[in-house]
Amino acid sequence: MSVDDKTVRRIAHLARIAVAEDEVAHLRGELNAMLAFVEQLSEVDVSGVEPMTSVTPMRMKSRDDVITDGEIPDDIVRNAPAREDHFFVVPKVVE
Amino acid sequence: MTDPTSLTLAEARDALRGKKLSARELTDAHLGAMEAARPLNAYVLETPDQARAMADQADVRLRAGEARALDGIPLGIKDLFCTQDVRATAGSRILENFVPTYESTVTANLWRDGAVMLGKLNNDEFAMGSSNETSYFGSVVSPWRRVGSDTKLVPGGSSGGSAAAVAAHLCLGATATDTGGSIRQPAAFTGTVGVKPTYGRCSRWGVVAFASSLDQAGPIARTVRDSAILLRSMAGHDPKDTTSVDIAVPDYEAAIGKSVKGMKIGIPKEYRVPGMSDEIEKLWEQGKQWLKEAGAELVEVSLPHTKYALPAYYIVAPAEASSNLARYDGVRYGLRVNGRDITEMYEKTRREGFGEEVRRRIMIGTYVLSAGYYDAYYVRAQKVRTLIKQDFETCFANGVHAMLTPATPSAAFGIGEKGGADPVEMYLNDVFTVTVNMAGLPGIAVPGAVDVQGLPLGLQLIGRPFDEESLFSLGQVIEDAAGRFTPTKWW
Repeated sequence: MSVDDKTVRRIAHLARIAVAEDEVAHLRGELNAMLAFVEQLSEVDVSGVEPMTSVTPMRMKSRDDVITDGEIPDDIVRNAPAREDHFFVVPKVVE
Repeated sequence: MTDPTSLTLAEARDALRGKKLSARELTDAHLGAMEAARPLNAYVLETPDQARAMADQADVRLRAGEARALDGIPLGIKDLFCTQDVRATAGSRILENFVPTYESTVTANLWRDGAVMLGKLNNDEFAMGSSNETSYFGSVVSPWRRVGSDTKLVPGGSSGGSAAAVAAHLCLGATATDTGGSIRQPAAFTGTVGVKPTYGRCSRWGVVAFASSLDQAGPIARTVRDSAILLRSMAGHDPKDTTSVDIAVPDYEAAIGKSVKGMKIGIPKEYRVPGMSDEIEKLWEQGKQWLKEAGAELVEVSLPHTKYALPAYYIVAPAEASSNLARYDGVRYGLRVNGRDITEMYEKTRREGFGEEVRRRIMIGTYVLSAGYYDAYYVRAQKVRTLIKQDFETCFANGVHAMLTPATPSAAFGIGEKGGADPVEMYLNDVFTVTVNMAGLPGIAVPGAVDVQGLPLGLQLIGRPFDEESLFSLGQVIEDAAGRFTPTKWW
């Protein structure tokens, strides 16, 4: 499988990465090189094989449903690029 | 007395405890070496004030005869580890000014045991790279050079700063992380020892995530013993990481010098790849000989799905990365580039904040997870991964204790020499290491020789799950036979 320019623009938008028009052809070439490389997986017989979900046999741990952390709003917003008090500030999202 | 930076970690530990040296002297010697080695660009941040304060605290304990496991030992920390109140960038512009308010579990374990932080070490952006050339903070220059040449070489990656700093004696050991070979490949390129522990051995909490089912922290050091000492402190169960395993951490140092007599060592025939250099072939033969002379039994084994590990990796790792890196949105932390609306703000922030390799991998990951392609790419790759793991399990079930392979298909290359036209050229560096991550196994890279150009080459040992001890015993046999390799200082 390979991607065309339209697919490159669609993937970039899905990934929320701006792509300039003059970068599309170059990106298409690189993505297709990677896709060509992984193409060899299609020759492996995977019938009846379970996809891996955990690399070491382990059971998902559970713990009591109690609060173990919190009351650190200053820490939470400390690295925010824009904030007011304990809120993150973003461009208007609701008209 | 001798230059304190020439000591191994174990020697420094003994000198500190024997009061032949103070932690402050040891730290100051390293801070001086770091200043002189700035042309290597190994450190992205030096933390001398913190280092001296930590050393002074260690000295108080050492004087009182209450030494902890790593008291006064100066270490470098890969910049992928969050360090409280000390900037952590992951080598990315998007985290250029990120100052964590918390400490990663692995580094917290090191400080608990008395280690001293010298600074933060350069790495490929978000650990995506095999040469340390993708860092926003510039390439790391290897302390190694080809004989008679001043061409700047890569130290390998992604833990290139860690490997270069250890090889150049800018710390006694360093933390590193390994997703597809990022500890073992730079260790092999710099003549150092690198350990990628079993998945789950070290906590991933507070380590900037790349591909969560593959990422694992481990040490780089100058000797096998030093790496064993470091891993013992780094490892351990952590309730904050649900994939961290709740089993006791052995005294890895006790495995050093233990006999390997009767151990069954698998030699996987699929690792003899086309185009492998004679020198790598020779080194592999030599490695087999050393283990045989030490009493190990060599058996040829087959890992039939080896050639599919790298392509499967380049689906699984980017898929997980695209998901993990969705958090960098210019809202909660990191860079923000404003746009007309919120979508444009996201798109511009991620365009400006991520470098080329990271953007490429996020896009591939987004594609293989997108509707209509998920089964053909991602699910198939995870099935292949099951087969890769089964290959190893079959060998281990047949009594194989560990496997011996080359660590890399070549010695270090020059900065700018690889991957310019085709990204896959760079990816092939990890052909011998990536299987280990795909199967969640432990691996160690130990220097074995220098090639005709005077550059180090490494051997890799692959172990059974949670049997890092056998790797330390076998690694010591190689180190005893091969000796140690130090670059000639030119910086």
